[in-house]
Amino acid sequence: MYQYSEQDHQLLLERVAQFRGQVERRLKGDLSEEEFKHQRLRNGLYLQLHAYMLRVAIPYGLLSSDQMRTLAHIARKYDKGYGHFSTRQNIQYNWPKLEDVPDILDDLAKVEMHAIQTSGNCIRNTTSDPLAGVARDEVEDPRPYCELIRQWSTFHPEFNFLPRKFKIAVSGAIHDRAAVAVHDIGLRLIKNDGGETGFEVLVGGGLGRTPMIGKTIRSFLPKQDMLTYLEAILRVYNQLGRRDNLYKARIKILVHETGEEKFRELVEAEWEKIKTSGLFIRDEDFAWIKGFFKDPEYENLLDQDGNYENLLLSNLDFARWADKNIELHKQSGYRIVYLSLKTAHQPPGDVTADQMDAIADLADKYSLGQIRTTHRQNLVLSDVKLKDLPALWEELAALDLATPNYNHVTDIISCPGLDYCALATARSIPISQAITARFDDYDYVNDLGDVSINISGCINACGHHHVANIGILGVNKKGTEVYQLTLGGSAREDAAIGKIIGPAFEADEIVDAIDKVLSVYLENREDPEETFLTTYRRVGQPLFKERLYG
Amino acid sequence: MDSYIKDRKAEGDEWMPFTGLEESSSLPTGDIYVPLEEWLKSRESLLERNGRLGVALSNTDDPALIKDDLDRLDLVVLEFPKMADGRAFSQARLLRERYGFKGEIRATGDVLYDQLFYMQRCGINGFELRNDQDVSNSLKAFDEMTVTYQPASDEEFPIWRRED
Ligand code: HEM
Ligand code: SF4
Repeated sequence: MYQYSEQDHQLLLERVAQFRGQVERRLKGDLSEEEFKHQRLRNGLYLQLHAYMLRVAIPYGLLSSDQMRTLAHIARKYDKGYGHFSTRQNIQYNWPKLEDVPDILDDLAKVEMHAIQTSGNCIRNTTSDPLAGVARDEVEDPRPYCELIRQWSTFHPEFNFLPRKFKIAVSGAIHDRAAVAVHDIGLRLIKNDGGETGFEVLVGGGLGRTPMIGKTIRSFLPKQDMLTYLEAILRVYNQLGRRDNLYKARIKILVHETGEEKFRELVEAEWEKIKTSGLFIRDEDFAWIKGFFKDPEYENLLDQDGNYENLLLSNLDFARWADKNIELHKQSGYRIVYLSLKTAHQPPGDVTADQMDAIADLADKYSLGQIRTTHRQNLVLSDVKLKDLPALWEELAALDLATPNYNHVTDIISCPGLDYCALATARSIPISQAITARFDDYDYVNDLGDVSINISGCINACGHHHVANIGILGVNKKGTEVYQLTLGGSAREDAAIGKIIGPAFEADEIVDAIDKVLSVYLENREDPEETFLTTYRRVGQPLFKERLYG
Repeated sequence: MDSYIKDRKAEGDEWMPFTGLEESSSLPTGDIYVPLEEWLKSRESLLERNGRLGVALSNTDDPALIKDDLDRLDLVVLEFPKMADGRAFSQARLLRERYGFKGEIRATGDVLYDQLFYMQRCGINGFELRNDQDVSNSLKAFDEMTVTYQPASDEEFPIWRRED
């Protein structure tokens, strides 16, 4: 992974000192809360229902074991012993004290971590495919590009006071595991007919109260032009994006109101003027940055192991876990392992400090000392030897991290909702737990196959409910929390916004409603291979509506 | 005016804003700056004066409108109506980098301690601080950070292309 230079370290130290100064000025009263807000928000610090919330950046979801240990230490020392992995691959702490935050940042800086630009109207942490570098369907490793974007966007002096927040995601594979179509800018690595690497550039995706799928404004951008092109898009947005209305300030509205064609012309015209500037990426720059993401020294292994295969036959729990939570690796004899953070005992994405420490140890022992975070709020050990899977599984099971449900009905994305969030209109965590409790039968979960349920506690859509196969939005109707169902969304390469199916359900009805939706699918699928989404797209809303309201 | 910084030094300000040339009987003296509209309307008469000239842009004006005039101007005034409104950062970079303006680019409005570093990187070198800001303290803001990653008006190349 990327190793900090002396200057990178220097920048973090200066940033911590600067933020310490801002906190001091605030505590002394030299800085009003309103002015401090702009500063703390650029550093991931939100004021929530009960306390401050600190969001720490995990650039493109990649963590070393030592970084994970530091996250555990912070959870223990400054929080209530846990952290929450978010849909943008970051981690959030729900209970830090304002006066402790500079010390937390100090501890983070020691392991090359920070909270820079994890909130506020600036370019946020760039997210990517959690399987980068190991996936079989990869065109090219997206991480070197992400790191260049990280450096370009960090404290960008021109784009630190944008109309609204700005999120970039990069995918390097055929299958989209980074939800690039619902980002302000989505970059898809592709090869053109000449075999050259470049990007399909999507702009104007986003969720919130006006969900939109990003539009392709360029079908092939040579990789050398990535940063000049990003700079052109951001410059157009900074100058023309709306600032009169918070809800119309995202770039998706600018693209929509300007028109795709006109917007593209504006960007291309700006780009023409800067495409040979200092941001042009040369071959030697790529060589330098790719040097940090070279393949590890994999051992030459057969893609089979007697012990592993015996356990598959003799131990049902192991077989289930292996079926659900393991993915093929590009290297023979290795596997990718998903650690499920979706159990009946913890809110989705939550991990305790003890679990974090244990995960760090497991990464050292079995997976080259690295951990990745995923868009669906799980973790990944990316380089596990086939022969180590039985031992790893035992340890994961003991840690309650081996629920066999990856990409299945109980692998739920949920925002914090009314349990933590000041903007919430309803609770979301209890709903996700009620669903998890209802669908606790492995055979049924297995039969339902690949299906996604996402829950948001208000219209801001942090839980990505619009792009779930089954989305749940909590709203407050005359003092009671009720839940709207949307069906048919997808965050993958076939990205789509789901449609509301009908009137909302009460909290004690929503799990039954989900059950009904799933039964309609089971009864109507053509064969067990047909996924929920495919069936839904084929048969449409009426059957589901009838069952729910008929 | 006390709350003014030029080229990282606390300075007295010699510039006066001016509008309404058509209604006035004589040309104003001294160093003056006028709104863009006034400039576009009365460019020639303004240029007949002896004093230095500046133009004030609103943050929705395209700086390209004055690009051919820049060698006759000594000051361009930009506005930051609210701290959160960062449009003028782009205007500043265009003036400096694309149109090669050599004179003073001045920030006015909500010009606060925590933006000075970014403003300077975008080519702004005159700062009319908001009234409540402490000038001598504000001078520290320019040096809070010494490492920069990306090109801007002060650096042609990103950090990975710079020779140390
Ligand atoms: C608890 C404190 C939080 C607050 C106050 C908050 C606030 C918001 C707001 C206001 C929006 C809508 C922005 C817009 O549409 O322009 C938003 C969107 C979003 N938030 Fe949060 N959020 C919080 C927590 C989270 C968490 C825990 C996650 C991840 C699990 C998250 C991930 C996102 C994502 C992915 C979006 C959608 C971005 C888009 O519209 O494209 N947020 N958040
Ligand atoms: S969706 Fe609403 S309730 Fe949930 S975290 Fe975002 S702002 Fe809070």
